[in-house]
Amino acid sequence: MKRSLPLIFAFVVGVIVLLSEFIPHRPFNQIVSTLEQWFMIISGFAILLGQISLIRMNTHKIYHRLPDWQYHLAGLLSFAMMLIFGLLWGMQETPGLLGSGAGIAAQLGSKPFDYLFTNAYMPLSATLFSLLAFFIASAAYRAFIIRGFESNLLMITAVIVIIGRTSIGTMLTGWLPESLEFWHIPNLADFIMEYPNSAAQRAILISAGLGIVGSSLRIILGIERSYLGGDK
Amino acid sequence: MIQFMNVFGIWLAAFFTISIFSFLYKDNPFYKFSEQVFVGLSAAYWLVYIIYSIMIPNLFAKLIADFSGNAILLIPATLGVMMLMRLHPRTQWLSRFPIAIMIGTTAGISMLRYMKSDILEQVTATMINPFAAPDTAGVIGNLLLIIGTITGVFFFYFSKKQDGIFKVPSKIGIYFLMISFGATFGYTVMARISLLIGRLEFLLKDWLHIIQ
Repeated sequence: MKRSLPLIFAFVVGVIVLLSEFIPHRPFNQIVSTLEQWFMIISGFAILLGQISLIRMNTHKIYHRLPDWQYHLAGLLSFAMMLIFGLLWGMQETPGLLGSGAGIAAQLGSKPFDYLFTNAYMPLSATLFSLLAFFIASAAYRAFIIRGFESNLLMITAVIVIIGRTSIGTMLTGWLPESLEFWHIPNLADFIMEYPNSAAQRAILISAGLGIVGSSLRIILGIERSYLGGDK
Repeated sequence: MIQFMNVFGIWLAAFFTISIFSFLYKDNPFYKFSEQVFVGLSAAYWLVYIIYSIMIPNLFAKLIADFSGNAILLIPATLGVMMLMRLHPRTQWLSRFPIAIMIGTTAGISMLRYMKSDILEQVTATMINPFAAPDTAGVIGNLLLIIGTITGVFFFYFSKKQDGIFKVPSKIGIYFLMISFGATFGYTVMARISLLIGRLEFLLKDWLHIIQ
C-alpha cells in the first residue's frame, strides 16, 4: 500500500489531466482547475519543507559546533530576522500580523522586510551574480586555449554577439558600403541569432520535449518510480 | 532617523558588496558570512512571498471566509501536512501521496504543454519553403534553419551509435549547437557584466560619491 497507492494516485491524476485536454467539458475541466489549485497549495508546503530542512541542517551544525558554525548562525539569524519582519509587518502593499507598520516604515523609509530586501538581499544577490562575470571570463579563456574547431566556433560566435550588441560593433564596421551591409557586425549578430541559433534552440526544444513526453508517460504509467524514494 | 537609516542601508549594501567581491582574492570570513546571510535572507524572502501570495489567498483566506463552502481545501492542506511528514523517518512514507499527486499532475500538464509548444509548434515552424525569402541572406538563413534543426535533433538521437554515414549529420548538429551555445554565452557574459557595472556604479556613485 505504501508504494502502490501513490502510484495509482499519480496514474489517476495524470490520466484526468490528459483526458481534460480532449474532453474540455464538466467534470474534467473543473477537476483539472481544482488539481492545479491543489498543486499550488501543496507546492507551498513543499517550500516550507525545504525551509524547515535548511533550519534543521543549520541548527545541527551550530549545536554540534561543526566547522564554520558561526557563519551558519549568521545565516539562521538573518533568516529569522527577515521572516519575523515579513510576518509582523508584511511586504510591499501586503499587511502583516501587526498591520502595515506605518510607524516603523516612517522611521526606516520602508517596511522592515522591504528595507532588508533593498539594502541586503538585493546587493548580495546582484553582487553574487556579477561575480560570475570573472569566472565566465576564466572559463572563456580555458575554452579558447583548447583550440578545437567547435570551441573556436563557440568563441567566435560569442565575440560577434557581444560586439554586435554593443556600440563598439556599430563603430567597427559602420564604414562598410551598403552592398556589404550583411557583414556589418550588428547585422551578422542578428543573422546568427535569427537562423543558426534558432535552429539549434529548436533542436534542443524538440529533443527535450520528446524526452519530457516520454518521461511523463513513464511516470503516469508507473514505470518511473524513483520519486517514491527508498523502500522504507 | 530616516536619513540615518538611508545612510546605514547604503553602508550595509556596500559592506555586503565588498565582502562578496573579496572572494576574488580568496575565500575569507567576510565572504563566508555574506554568503550565509544571503542564504538566510533568500530562504526567508521566498517563504514570506509564498505565504502571502499562495498560502493565504488560496488556502487560509478562503477557509476563514467560508469554511463549509471551501471544506474541500482541507484535502490539499492535509496533503501538504503529509508532505511535512517527510522530516521524520517513521512517517516519511506518508509524503509519497502528495508527491505522487504533484508528480502526476505535473506529468499530465507537461506532456500536453511540451507536445504542443516544444514539439508540434517547433516542427511546424521549421516546415517552411526556404526559397520564399525575399533576399539571398534570407534563403541561406532558412536553409541553415532547416538543416540546423534536423541535424541538431539527429545529434540528440542516442538510441543508435552515431558512426559511419550517421556521424556526418551528427557532427553538423554539434556545430549548430556550438554556435547557439556561443550566442548564449555571449548574452550571459553581457548580463553578468551589466550586473558588475551596476554594483561598481553603486559603490562609486551612491556610496563614495566619486562619480555623478
